Amino acid sequence: MRTALSAFHLHRPRSLTDALRVMREEPATVPLAGCTDVFVALNAGTPPGTHYLDLTPLGGLARIAEKDGVLSIGALATYTAIIKSRLVRQQLPMLVAAAREVGGAQIQNRGTLGGNVANASPAGDTLPVLAVAEAVVVLRSAADGERRVPFTSFYTGYRASVRHPDELIVALEFPPVEGKQWFRKVGTRAAQAISKVMMAGVRSSRPRLALGSVAATVVRLPRAEAALAGGASIDEAVRILSGEITPIDDIRSTAEYRLAVAGNLLRAYWRDTAVTVLKSD
Amino acid sequence: MTAVGQSVARKEGLGKATGEAKYADDLTFPGTLHGRTIRSTVAHARITGVRLDFDPAGFTVVDHRDIPGSNHIALIEHDQPCLAAGEVRHVAEPILLLAHEDREALRGATVHVDYEPLPVVTDPEASPTTFKEILIEKGSLDKGFAKAEVLVEGTYRTGSQEHVYLEPNGVIAVPEAGGIALYGSLQCPFYVLKALKPVLGAAVANVRVVQTETGGGFGGKEEYPSVIAAHACLLALKSGRPVKIVYDREEDMWATTKRHPCVVRHRTGLTRDGRLVAMDVDVVMDGGAYCTLSPVVLSRGVIHAAGPYRCANTRIRGRATMTHTPPNGAFRGFGAPQTQFAMEVHMDRVAERLGVDPVKLRLKNALKPGDTTATGQKLGDDTSAVAVLRAAVKKSGYNRKRVSLKGTGAGIGLALFYHGSGFTGSGEVMLASTVALETTATGARILVANTEIGQGTRTMLAQIVADALGVPYEQVEVAQPDTSKVPDSGPTVASRTCMVVGGLLEKCAIAMRARLGGMSPSAWHANRGPLRLEQRYEAAATRQWDDATYRGDAYATFAWGCDVAEVSVDPVTYAARVVKFTAVQEFGRPIHPAMARGQIEGGSAQGIGWALMEHVVLKDGAMHNAQLTNYIIPTTLDTPPMDVIMLENPFGGGPFGAKGLGELPIDGPAPAIVNAIRHAGLDVRSIPALPEVLHASPPLDPPPPARAG
Ligand SMILES: Cc1cc2nc3c(=O)[nH]c(=O)nc-3n(C[C@H](O)[C@H](O)[C@H](O)COP(=O)(O)OP(=O)(O)OC[C@H]3O[C@@H](n4cnc5c(N)ncnc54)[C@H](O)[C@@H]3O)c2cc1C
Repeated sequence: MRTALSAFHLHRPRSLTDALRVMREEPATVPLAGCTDVFVALNAGTPPGTHYLDLTPLGGLARIAEKDGVLSIGALATYTAIIKSRLVRQQLPMLVAAAREVGGAQIQNRGTLGGNVANASPAGDTLPVLAVAEAVVVLRSAADGERRVPFTSFYTGYRASVRHPDELIVALEFPPVEGKQWFRKVGTRAAQAISKVMMAGVRSSRPRLALGSVAATVVRLPRAEAALAGGASIDEAVRILSGEITPIDDIRSTAEYRLAVAGNLLRAYWRDTAVTVLKSD
Repeated sequence: MTAVGQSVARKEGLGKATGEAKYADDLTFPGTLHGRTIRSTVAHARITGVRLDFDPAGFTVVDHRDIPGSNHIALIEHDQPCLAAGEVRHVAEPILLLAHEDREALRGATVHVDYEPLPVVTDPEASPTTFKEILIEKGSLDKGFAKAEVLVEGTYRTGSQEHVYLEPNGVIAVPEAGGIALYGSLQCPFYVLKALKPVLGAAVANVRVVQTETGGGFGGKEEYPSVIAAHACLLALKSGRPVKIVYDREEDMWATTKRHPCVVRHRTGLTRDGRLVAMDVDVVMDGGAYCTLSPVVLSRGVIHAAGPYRCANTRIRGRATMTHTPPNGAFRGFGAPQTQFAMEVHMDRVAERLGVDPVKLRLKNALKPGDTTATGQKLGDDTSAVAVLRAAVKKSGYNRKRVSLKGTGAGIGLALFYHGSGFTGSGEVMLASTVALETTATGARILVANTEIGQGTRTMLAQIVADALGVPYEQVEVAQPDTSKVPDSGPTVASRTCMVVGGLLEKCAIAMRARLGGMSPSAWHANRGPLRLEQRYEAAATRQWDDATYRGDAYATFAWGCDVAEVSVDPVTYAARVVKFTAVQEFGRPIHPAMARGQIEGGSAQGIGWALMEHVVLKDGAMHNAQLTNYIIPTTLDTPPMDVIMLENPFGGGPFGAKGLGELPIDGPAPAIVNAIRHAGLDVRSIPALPEVLHASPPLDPPPPARAG
């Protein structure tokens, strides 16, 4: 542990109201959910702040429920809870698929969906799923109460979002998803790996596609989507996709590789989801 | 019941399973300070200033001027300073040491170092500084190439590798009456002792080194512990208090030794029917910034560079050069995995060129009893190259799959390899190891400097002694290695512990048994008092070795292996995945079959990692991915089902027929995997064969199957 923890403040809220008050009064407060991202930074000696707010007492934020066809997953819902949830399995199998690929059992038991979204890494595994599911981020603050932001306009740049410093993510909401869902993660080994590229897709009359780890934020691919919706060939769609993403060379992979694999993923998605579409014709 | 050949309970198994075992960081001594190392952040520079940006109250600060003896880490050369004085030659080079009671205060202290940059060498082939050059010559290369009808050339590259022992380096130096005791996670207590003496000089009369329970080594705790031990002792000497230094994973990966990256060039002449007539091999190893063990790593590398093949005209040239990166060092296999990777990948390319089956090519040229190696060593009856090859081909279904997998995007490949047991050349003679055995109230105690580092030393040695002495295994205990109490039985390296040290203990036990004259050791102990016997290594009169010409018997004997890997290449991700692995290995006789199998499975997994994913990313001379998040080793999901077959061919010179096994399993996986990738249709000649490499690799003719789509 390269961080001196004893100098830090940790607040354990009694209620959401109490938590939001702390967020307002001490705007540099870092909320802690599963702490699986924050701990990595603490261990490396690069703490994100000195004031921390432990969200784990707020059990209500871990609820998974459905109302009027809208699935709501509390920010504190863990990957394990998502994998186990009958509701999520039925309505968002691609989220279950993504959750199964996050870390190992220990991380799945602690890591939360809200943490993955708030952490805002372009390699966050659930983010392409949220993008194609057209999820809504539910935010709350003491000052402004609750507001809803479409997930696709939540991020503003690398590790930056529209979340105000005093806001907490309280839930993610999902309208019903029509069509066949698809997810694939490409890591550096079979499990326990940060993604080099991952893609989520929904196959319907309005195909939806999103890629992670190929740009500063998770990206939807509106032009490739439109081409496929308009009946373009898969080769054409792959060509268009190549112009829509700007992958980079980094410690884990190369731009060239990511570009090639992104194209392959698009083909794999199109092939794997074709059967259902043919059947329903 | 005899113990040898049985998978008896491990001596230290219960302690490890229950958490009772004490590792370096578990030990506490009253008044202990924590130590920290301030390291360079540039690859090559003159140090122009060092400024402490903290209140020094409560801190012990040590730099090179505090060294009472000589400022070097004693190894082959004395070129590596204990603490940089004026110049740094690599990133993470130790400059200053700090100690404090409180870990947080210690962490919080900042030190500013000013540098004046100096030119940086990163390419080992272009380095102006050579640590060691070796030439092996047999027959006449000119005559050989004159006879050749086919010529095949190739260049092969292997990457660095991090040991990833579970427990990072850690030691505690404790001042005690008359000197200092150094406790630590280490493989070779007497190496550390030898390094501490010149650093501490006359200032410390008595130094002793005690090995604590050690969470893995793989060679990474062969020479490096001398550095961290010297640091802790200097802080302890200055503060007069116990000092503990335990690296975290990042510091351990960033600063300590790795496997030598290597480039091997082959030029090979054959007759049209596939007989090797000339082999010209050129080996370059990247030694890093200081010499450390590079000469001996190079030595083992070049001796194994011609593979387990017969060739009358062979030349092997090798050099280890300097680059401005942290020194590379001992790692399981010690140079042989690098050179045998090249040889075995080259052999499949030779077979391809000749249009013959890779197995037939190998069968035609494989070493047999009576053949001579490149150094002119005549091989004995325990030469099993053909036996392991035949068994591996049969067990894996190689011939059938070679046909059925063709053109499917999957492939099967094999590698034939060998590994010399014990120190090279006259190494064992110079070591002159000594072991001791003594009676106790309950049986007998083994006194050796060889260490249990997870591989089962204690258990295996106790099995040998139990049977040789004729007592139950449970009555044999093994003393904790403490240089003030145990004789110097040499380092725990080079696949020597079982064959050499076990062999000495077998002799010692036989002598003790004769002395006891039918009495049990405990009965003797009760009636006649303690009995202690020593046994010293004696050179086999038949073994000849000339260090100047590199001719003669390089090793007491060799262990043999053939690995077969079945690989599938994902058409979407270009990732090669080993789906089935067969390892056939002959190492005399397994003393403890379960542990031997563990060595083979573990070594194979480590080899799979080296082949496919372990990638030390260097940037400006520093490891850029010094965390397990980004330095990727295989998990169980990346490790295929393994068929392990242990062929027995007892060796007369080893205890109960045993030879060395520790390193052999890492020699085969990488070439077997790359040959399987070749069979799948991709021309890869370097490792790690990352998906990015496969994506960029030229497809072979006939082309691999269509990719996704
Ligand atoms: C070994 C290991 C493996 C991993 N593997 C993966 C992987 O495969 N895929 C992957 O995507 N990630 C992976 N991660 C990263 C991490 O586990 C995930 O991002 C996880 O979802 C983070 O959730 P958490 O609850 O632990 O977040 P925390 O660490 O508690 O928080 C992360 C960030 O989000 C903020 N935050 C958390 N909750 C809220 C909230 N409700 N409102 C506002 N801000 C909030 C925190 O302040 C912090 O900035 C891994 C991490 C580790 C240590």
